[in-house]
Order: sequence, then C-alpha cells, then structure tokens
Amino acid sequence: MKTPLALAISAAALTFTSVSMADDPTPGGVVNTIIQPEPPGLVLGMIQNAPTRTVSGNIYEGLLRYTTDLEPMPQLAASWDVSDDGRTYTFHLRDDVTWHDGEAFTADDVVFSADVFHRELNPSARAVLQHVESIEATDDHTVVFTLTQPFGPFMLSFEAGTFTMVPEHLYAGTDFRDNEHNDHPIGTGPFEFSNWERGTVIELVKNDDYYEDGLPYLDGVNWHIIPDGASRAVAFENGTIDVLPSGTVENFDIPRLAEMDNVCMTEEGHEYFSPFAMLWMNNREGPTADKRFRQAVMYAMDREFAKDVLWNGLGNVPLSAFGSNARFQNDDLEPYDHNPERARELLEEMGYDGEEITILPLPYGETWTRWAEAVQQNLREVGINVETQATDVGGWNQRLGDWDYDLAFTYLYQYGDPALGISRTYLSDNIAKGSPWNNVEGYENERVDELFNEAATAFPDEEREALYHEVQEILHEDVPVGWLMELGFPTLYRCDVKNLVTSGVGVNDGFKDAWLDR
Amino acid sequence: MSFFARFAQNRGALVGLIILLVIIAMAILAPLLFPESPWRMVQRPFLPPLSQDGFPLGTDTMGRNVASGLMHGAWVSLLIGLVSTSVALLIGVPLGAIAGYYGGIIDDVLMRFTEFFQTIPNFALAIVLVAIMQPSITSIVLAIAIVSWPPVARLVRAEFMSLRNREYVEAARLVGQSNTTIILRQILPNTLSPIIVLASLMVATAILLESALSFLGLGDPNVMSWGYMIGAARTVIRQAWWLSFFPGVAILLTVLALNLVGEGLDDALNPKLSRER
Repeated sequence: MKTPLALAISAAALTFTSVSMADDPTPGGVVNTIIQPEPPGLVLGMIQNAPTRTVSGNIYEGLLRYTTDLEPMPQLAASWDVSDDGRTYTFHLRDDVTWHDGEAFTADDVVFSADVFHRELNPSARAVLQHVESIEATDDHTVVFTLTQPFGPFMLSFEAGTFTMVPEHLYAGTDFRDNEHNDHPIGTGPFEFSNWERGTVIELVKNDDYYEDGLPYLDGVNWHIIPDGASRAVAFENGTIDVLPSGTVENFDIPRLAEMDNVCMTEEGHEYFSPFAMLWMNNREGPTADKRFRQAVMYAMDREFAKDVLWNGLGNVPLSAFGSNARFQNDDLEPYDHNPERARELLEEMGYDGEEITILPLPYGETWTRWAEAVQQNLREVGINVETQATDVGGWNQRLGDWDYDLAFTYLYQYGDPALGISRTYLSDNIAKGSPWNNVEGYENERVDELFNEAATAFPDEEREALYHEVQEILHEDVPVGWLMELGFPTLYRCDVKNLVTSGVGVNDGFKDAWLDR
Repeated sequence: MSFFARFAQNRGALVGLIILLVIIAMAILAPLLFPESPWRMVQRPFLPPLSQDGFPLGTDTMGRNVASGLMHGAWVSLLIGLVSTSVALLIGVPLGAIAGYYGGIIDDVLMRFTEFFQTIPNFALAIVLVAIMQPSITSIVLAIAIVSWPPVARLVRAEFMSLRNREYVEAARLVGQSNTTIILRQILPNTLSPIIVLASLMVATAILLESALSFLGLGDPNVMSWGYMIGAARTVIRQAWWLSFFPGVAILLTVLALNLVGEGLDDALNPKLSRER
C-alpha cells in the first residue's frame, strides 16, 4: 500500500515527466503484450488470421499506412500519383529500405508480392487484383498499377495485412507454403523476428537498420501467449503485461482494469476493420422471408441495452447497413429504435401465426451467448416464438453454409470501403452454398446489385456517394440482415506506453512509433 | 411400527424430507410468484441482494431476477432428475431382471454389455452424447439416463440371483406360472426396496450431472437451470458473488436432501438391516 504522501509524490513525478517528455521520446525498453489466440504462423499474406496480422504487422509492411480517418500515409511508398481517369496509380518507393537480411527492397519485390505471391495465396488481395490490368516496375523505385476501370477503394488496399510486401529473393520460384524462411519471417518493418517459444511467447527485437531515423524507440516487443482469459487480466493487473490489445480480456473485466491507476484505454485503432455485428435472417423461407417480419425484428431488439450492458457502452448502434466508419454513410435514414409496439403491429399486419423460429448464437464466448439470450427475450416479448440452438464453431459454420437457420449472429470486418467490406453481404452473385462469409441470407435485388457494382467503379467519389446513398435507402427498407452493432475495440495499456495507437489498425503496426516513459 | 415412524426415526431423513418438500414447493409456486419469464431483463444489472424491493437475491449480469431464476430452476432440476431416473430405471431394471433370472449365456451377454458402459467415465460419456445430439432437455435427459442405468442393472441382477431359487419361486414354478409372471409378480416386488433407495440417490446424481453439463455450456439454452446460472456467473465471480452462490446453495441442499431421504428410506424399508440408534 502506498501512503498518501508517496502517492502524491509519484503523481507529481508522473505529471512532471509526462510534461517534460511529451515531445521528446526516449529510446529503449521492451514492451510486454498479449497475443490471443496463438497465431498459426507469422508469414503475413500467406496467413490472414487476426493474431497473425497483429504480430506480423510489426515485422512486415505495406506500401501505405492509414490514419484513424483512413487517409493514406506514406510507408514503403514515399509518394504516389493517381491519373485523372482513376485508372493509373504510380507509387514512388523509398530508396533506402532494406530487408531484415540486408538485401535492398526494390520495385521488383512489389511486383512479385502483388502479382505472384498474393494472386496465389491471398483471397482478399485477389478481390482487389481482379480490377488490376497490369503491375509494372518502371525503374528500381517506381511501380505502376494500371486498372481495367476505376476502382474506388483501391487506395485503401495497401495496408500491411492485406497487401504485404514479401521478399522476392527468398520466395521467387519456391513452393511458398513450404519455404524454409516461413519459420523465420523476413520483412522490412521496424521489428525483426527473434524467437518463438510455442505456447509461451513470440519475441520481436528492434531493427537497427530501420529506414526511418530514430525509429523504432523500443528495443523489442514480447507477445505473450496466455490461454486463459482470467489469467490474462491478472497478468495485466500485476504489471507483467503492459498492453492488452482488443479482445484479449472479457468485456466485463474492461471497466475494472481501465479504472486502475496508470492505465489508459483507447477506442481508436480499429477503423480499418470496424467489426460490424449482424443478425443473419434467412430471406429464403419461413417468417423471416417476409420483409415485415425482418423489420419487426429490428424494432423488437433493444440494441442500446446490448451496447450498454453487454459491451460496457463501447461501440456504436448503427443506423443501417453502412457503419459509421464506412465511407458514404447515409445519415438521413430513420433509425430502427427499440419499439415493441411497432414490431407487434408489423407482425399482425403480415399475419404471423406463431410459427417457431430458431436462433443460432455465435459460439465465441460468454458475451455472445448472453447477447443471444437478450435478443431471444426481446423477440419473445413481441410475440415471436423463438428457440435458441446451441452449436460449436464447426456446427455454426456448417449450419450457415448450408443455409439451415432462421436467425444467426455473426460479425464482419468493413475494411473502410463499402466495395471491400459491405457489398459482399448483399450482392446476389455472392450467394454460394458452403461458406458462412458471403451473402448467407440469400437476399436478391437487381437494383441493389446494379447500384453496388456501379458504385465500386464509379469515379470520382461524389458519384459513388450518390449511388451508395440510394442503395442504403433500399437496404434500410428491405432489412436483408439485422444490423446489431459496430463493435467497440478498446486497447488497454499502461499510460507510460506513449504513442501506441497511431493508425487505423492500432497495435497491428503501432509499436513502430511507441516509446516508454519510464 | 409404521413405515413413516421407521423413516422418522432417522432425524437426518426427516430434515432431508422437509428441505425436499420446500424445494418442490418452490418449483410448483414459481409460475405463481414469478409469472414473468426468468429470462426477462427487469432491472439494472448487478444489483446486490436485498438492495431493492422485489429483488431479494439481486439481479444478474443482464438485469434478470435471480430469485425468479432460482425458483424456475428448481422445477427444471427436479424434472430432469425425476425423468432421467425413470428412464434409467426403465432400461436398467428389465436388463438386470432378465440377466439375473435366466443366468447362463444371457447373463454373460447382458453383463458384458453393461460393463461396456461402466468402463466409460460417466461424465465424459454424457458430454459426448449431449454434444452429438445438440443440447436440449430431451438430449440431456437421455444422456443422463444412458450413463446412469448400469448400477441399476447390476443391483437388480444381484437381487434376482439371490431370490430366484427361493422356495416361493420354486412353488410358483410348480404351479406352472410363466417366467414373465414369476419375474413381474413374484420376484420384482421383493426387490423394490433397494431399487427405491438407489433411485432416490440417482435423482441427486442426475441433478448434479445436469448442473455440470449446463455449467460447461451444454445445457438447454432455452431453460433457466441452476447449473446454467452458475456457469453464466462463473466469469463474474469477483464482481458478483451472489450470482453463483445462491444457485450453488440450492444444488447443495437439494442433493443433500435427496441423499438424506435415501438413507431414511433405506432404514424404513430394511428394518432388519437398520443400524441401532
């Protein structure tokens, strides 16, 4: 226990140091953080899982970084030009970048990564590459992407996790998945891979030859692997851990941890992903095939309650299909407030006869289970006869892939642009049995298809905006899926870890600028 | 001495019976005292016990009334205990009776089959069964019944083996009664007392099994059971002790009461074996 005097002194010291050091980062120190769950591997681009992106985003880099407003920042590309017709993108690369093994980073690496490596291994990059006609290195430090037609979100596609730059000299001509360097990833980033003790810790050390002067400040970052949620919270409480990336502790632990002395919390650093929780509603059969039923579900749910109680007030209740972090949100729409009366009216109007429907919770832990219970209760209160069916992850994937459900919880990343993260849920050519990640609800609307497709390639942005506003009006009326919440993304850290979240992907590339004020 | 007098001689059994009656009363009165669904979110979450009228045991993580959950849970727990025990008896008694009465190869086959189930740990088998069949009241009752019938079969078999050569059975055979009649009318009534005692203990075990399954998240997601309440409260045990405490006490008391009653029944039904008091 500290005495009041000691507290006062340490508080004074804290204020003093933070004022005097604020603009003057001190180098040195190692940050201990958590990675949950343990990633399957660290070669970004080959592996897309969230934990891989979080650790390896500090080893590998993309051509660009993004601010929390999703504006591009220079990274490996120092500058870029876009032609007036929106079809030619020219990137001017830095000429002082080397790979962790000492080889120079050149335009050939970019062409190899984009045109060969990602085309073969990376589905999300492939979705962008289908709009690309050619990728050429015009000299050692200039790369030109020519598109088949303008593609609005193209500038958003160069984040490290989506368009990783991998070394051509180590991967060209090899079997990528069987490459010996997969165990020791080589990137251009501020930290180098040092050691991975399976089940215990992944250690990254400072890249002494990093091209940006003075960066990184830290000597290293240790990503600890602690399988139990309560133990992770304790490790943070007792000071073993300095940084808790979002999702590493249970929601109800967050307020308690955030109130501790010298602990800060930020909700920034997730804008690029902006996870959007949704309720799949089967548009094909049963009561959920009726638009009025789906609207009634929207009115019946108390989404503010879910946000306040289940997510501790973090996050945002969305207006409609486009989240607040997505571009081109139409905010003139009438919100679906919690209105059980209206829900009952709609059910009566459609002649709902009490047919039993089922709800599949997302099997991702306590919060999601409680959420399903709350929604089930909300729906029962307006007279919908709903039963919950518990499944495991495998069963959930299969039921959704087979379209064998009435209502089901999920969440999807938005990737900053409707053409990357939103249209995929509503386009009718994205209906395919077997995957729980496409147009699972079976919504088909020709006008919506037209608008989305036109908007993806419209140019400039004003034209896209008009198209997207119209599509939102249609979706808002049709309610193909339930829009539950844009999930909060809190990162907890000791306040003496400075400058941690500086981009729209948070700690995924945040340790580059971070420093310790100790 | 009457049956009840013999039962009441065991003080513990009497206490157990009273607790059990209270719990049965809770189960019956639940829909009258708390007509609203126990899933209903009625107040601020994490309300401590006795802090507000109408919420004597506080509210849970989502503002649901813990007292209501506890009362409705009593019904679920008792129902599952009774039904699964009945199903287990329906499987175990005939198997044990046939094996014990006929003996020989029939006995061998049936007992090897029984041992097959006995070699698998009860709880592990129950988890697997519920996971495969999808959690629901029916699948849970079935799973509990399937893991708990072998002791019944063995007990009934042993009783039948010791009774099948008694004189009254021989006499029945001489009169020309069929095997079925002898099993059902002559021997079975004489094996009832150990079966009743065992059954009362099985109800207790079944309640524990259901609670353990619900605790692991394998309960029926549509019914509020005690095990579910503890499972859901486990993660917030540091913030809200009362969420796991009250259902925990309820399970403890019910199981204890059933065990005490079982012991009392044993004394009452087997007066010759009862210990000197």
